[in-house]
Amino acid sequence: MTKSNERKLTIARAMAEATAQEMRIDPKVFVMGEDIGPLGGVYGNTRGLIEEFGAERIRDTPISETAFIGAAVGAAQDGMRPVVELMFVDFFGVCFDAIYNLMAKNTYFSGGKFKVPMVLMTSTGGGYSDGGQHSQCLYGTFAHLPGMKVVAPSNAYDAKGLMTAAMRDDSPVVYMYHKGLQGMGWLGTEAGATVHVPEESYTLEIGKAKVVREGKDVSIVSVGMGVHNALKAAKTLEAQGVSAEVVDLVSLVPLDRETIRASVAKTGRLIVVDEDYMSYGLSGEIIASVTEHDISVLKSAPKRVAFPDVPIPFARVMEQFCLPNPDKIVAAWDEMKAA
Amino acid sequence: MSPTREDQHWMYCNMVTSRRFEEAIAKIYFEGKSPAFNMANGPIPGEMHLSDGQEPVAVGVCAHLTPEDVVTATHRPHHQAIAKGVDLDKMAAEIFGKATGLSGGRGGHMHIFDADVNFACSGIIAQGMGPAVGAALSRKMQGKSGVAVAFVGEGAVNQGGWHEAMNLAAVWNLPFVCVIEDNAWGISVSKETSSAVANNADRAAAYGIPGKRIEGNDPYAIHEAAGEAIARARAGNGPSLIEVETYRLAGHFMGDAEGYRPEGEKDALFEKDPIPKMRARMIGDGMASEEELDRIEAEAAARVDAAIKFARESDDAAPEDALTRVFAA
Ligand SMILES: Cc1ncc(C[n+]2csc(CCOP(=O)(O)OP(=O)(O)O)c2C)c(N)n1
Repeated sequence: MTKSNERKLTIARAMAEATAQEMRIDPKVFVMGEDIGPLGGVYGNTRGLIEEFGAERIRDTPISETAFIGAAVGAAQDGMRPVVELMFVDFFGVCFDAIYNLMAKNTYFSGGKFKVPMVLMTSTGGGYSDGGQHSQCLYGTFAHLPGMKVVAPSNAYDAKGLMTAAMRDDSPVVYMYHKGLQGMGWLGTEAGATVHVPEESYTLEIGKAKVVREGKDVSIVSVGMGVHNALKAAKTLEAQGVSAEVVDLVSLVPLDRETIRASVAKTGRLIVVDEDYMSYGLSGEIIASVTEHDISVLKSAPKRVAFPDVPIPFARVMEQFCLPNPDKIVAAWDEMKAA
Repeated sequence: MSPTREDQHWMYCNMVTSRRFEEAIAKIYFEGKSPAFNMANGPIPGEMHLSDGQEPVAVGVCAHLTPEDVVTATHRPHHQAIAKGVDLDKMAAEIFGKATGLSGGRGGHMHIFDADVNFACSGIIAQGMGPAVGAALSRKMQGKSGVAVAFVGEGAVNQGGWHEAMNLAAVWNLPFVCVIEDNAWGISVSKETSSAVANNADRAAAYGIPGKRIEGNDPYAIHEAAGEAIARARAGNGPSLIEVETYRLAGHFMGDAEGYRPEGEKDALFEKDPIPKMRARMIGDGMASEEELDRIEAEAAARVDAAIKFARESDDAAPEDALTRVFAA
């Protein structure tokens, strides 16, 4: 392996690198959001961009999400390729119309005549006691509404490839990055997210899941931070003689149902891990995708490890009680075997 | 009308209490967060937005309010909570995530709620506006006395929700006052680069209501302007808008390196610290003696120490209580 092959990046740096490389070759790409200029993004994913591209293309905005996300829709329809940031996904409440009634629907409403090639980057996730308006994932909320692709990387390699793919996509892409994977100095980072990232520009196909660990006894399906919890649980299970397969969804929309079904067909058992709220969301969708296709592949009832249906509490002990973790995944397996 | 001697003592006491409180929080916040700073660690985890320097706004306004009146605050709520009379022990305990906290640890520092004094928060910018306007509406509909005040940062005026609530308050002539704390920065983005007008009081014209801007973080001028606006609201004459020039002496949140500030800006702000300024003025005006103010300071420090002790010694929230209180009991 050559030395440059060993270069490791955080997700934050991988996202910024992908954006810079795309901006160098495509003058239509520009970035808007709060604190994405000199600060480089609260989560570091636009660091260095204003120094290279200047304030015309790297635009710090007022705290006006409805205006600048709506503006991105208009600019995208007019031939630009905006990348916008919603600092925390929790803030979607003040600007969702621009997202789901404009960004997500204008292609359809226009019979495909208007394209809306934009990327909406947004941070997700808790675990650091930021309270119930700054810790949500809301994967299910975004993935539920038709017209926008949704991706959520679990590591820097995927992050860079997805970012480039998102900027080149002619449809709107919601890019959900988890704060606990981002590699910010002031927030603990899951070490497994910081991996080798090639220097050159490359894309990762949106809508393609990955089997990140092969196994034969149970399929653990997750996304983002949940993938790391699943991998840790798989290690514990391995020590107990259980072979767990881990599927990283990578994209939520389009959802790669083939890969999920193939994995469960092989193992016969399914555990879904989701940091988003339990009900009416991702975990139910994954289970339905398997059971409505062929329920006979299942040797036991599927299980889900997800955030209970309560607002995210501030107190560390309360939040940790609610969050998925490797122990809960192992416990789900134990229950599955006992049943 | 300038504040009475009694008002001034109350204002100074609450400014000092707030400052001592923030100093105590700042110190404890770093416990367990060094050498490697990680926001998730220590007895006070999560984001922390301190109000050092902004105390004059809270006391100048809240001096005119009673527990019955309604206040909504933001992600930076401690100074306003203290001036509104929120229980300091329970607020400290909430910030520590303890069972004895205002919300039993469910809310945390950005979600300070005290029903006893009608105080509520939202960490989403400008989202205290609607609830304050709604409380004002409710008072009017029920024929109950009381006014509602929404405190917001200058960054909040560029939210759609801010404008909608202002217009609603004006068109329905509600007992409401919006107080903008202009500390010149919304995280790293300056007011100058994000607002089309320099003086947000000018925006009052859009709603046909009085608007006033107070320069210099001056507790006396704030007290006077707030007194007029609140009296107007109480008399049924409708809402007002006040913008106050104030100073954020801390980072946006703790751990903020503040590299976006022009060199020297911070030092100049410390020179204008409103607390020593008010102390000097009270003595100069013959409104208090050195001894009286020393005593106020000692009492404030003792009150804060007691609150921190209460918080530290309280039991942690029970983990499974996370699942309770989602719906009304
Ligand atoms: C709708 C929304 N957008 C963005 C944020 C992130 N955010 C938190 S504080 C802040 C700056 C607020 O500035 P200002 O209103 O002036 O208040 P200050 O922090 O100066 O007290 C921002 C952008 C948020 N909480 N809510």
